[in-house]
Amino acid sequence: MKPVLECQGLTKQYGNFYALSNLNLTLDRGQIVGLLGPNGSGKTTLIKLINGLLVPTSGIVSVNNLQPGTETRKAVSYLPDQDYLDEWMKIDDLIAYFADFYDDFSIERANKMLNDLNIDSSHRLRTLSKGTREKVQLILVMSRNADLYILDEPIAGVDPAARDYILSTIINNYNENATILLSTHLIADIENVLDRVLFLRNGQLVLNSTVDEIRMEQEKSVDSLFREVFRC
Amino acid sequence: MSWSLDNDRPLYLQLMERIQMDIISGKYSAGDKLPSVRDLALAASVNPNTMQKALSELERSGLVYSQRTSGRFITENQEMLQKLKYSLASEHIKEFINKMKSLGFDEEELCNLLNETLKGETK
Repeated sequence: MKPVLECQGLTKQYGNFYALSNLNLTLDRGQIVGLLGPNGSGKTTLIKLINGLLVPTSGIVSVNNLQPGTETRKAVSYLPDQDYLDEWMKIDDLIAYFADFYDDFSIERANKMLNDLNIDSSHRLRTLSKGTREKVQLILVMSRNADLYILDEPIAGVDPAARDYILSTIINNYNENATILLSTHLIADIENVLDRVLFLRNGQLVLNSTVDEIRMEQEKSVDSLFREVFRC
Repeated sequence: MSWSLDNDRPLYLQLMERIQMDIISGKYSAGDKLPSVRDLALAASVNPNTMQKALSELERSGLVYSQRTSGRFITENQEMLQKLKYSLASEHIKEFINKMKSLGFDEEELCNLLNETLKGETK
């Protein structure tokens, strides 16, 4: 089967500054991939390029062999790193909105997750805590049946118990045709769930390896390797 | 996180060891059906691909076998189960002896201490 994501010589330049520099990457289906790197290493730039929110300075990015656009948006379920939903909307409204917008949205799955996390869907977004709002956004994104899920910092603001639930949701929704790409700084919390990790430094891909390869070859966890590679 | 896993050793090896232990300790019996890959992955809080790899390795060793549509089962080969039990036991014993040696006990002292402790426990 063809890869879900391909980047060739992908470069994004702001003036003299290279936010991303000559990145080559191919991701196959059926993986959970961690996108790791210190602040300002290019994680969000890469994510925005994949989603067509930025245009590359040079190089190619393609999802299902297509350049970012309407067709790829049908295949990609994206959780941005900031609030983007209208605050006045009720959760019920948002579910209807998403179901209307995306053919692959499962209302049933969304309601089940809201129920599991004890979130009342009649509340308006404005009245929710930051953590609950993050959970709602993640639920909306994970309720789609996409080929590629891109989650920018999905667990940063939620409590450890909800974090466990979210990770089990990711495992539960895993299917062999879909790939999940998630960026995070909470490596120790998620490394058991990952197949593969990508390390970015100064806009360059410095490591692309499976978690078990790292443990086998380096005899240390991804978290310790990260602390070593990126020691300040 | 219900399975405790070390974070510096490959996950699939640890998953294999855990399932081997569950078989030897009687949580699963010979001929039992194993839970699905997804359920085991959820229980261990690991990626299904990693669990799949652990199970494939166990399958290669002959400890579990798969039937095309109905899932994976524990072997009914008693000889193999006995062998596994003894090989796990000998690993533990070797590890124990190494630790005791690094505490400075020689073999005789070690045997005496072991016997005393065993007697103490049966009282």
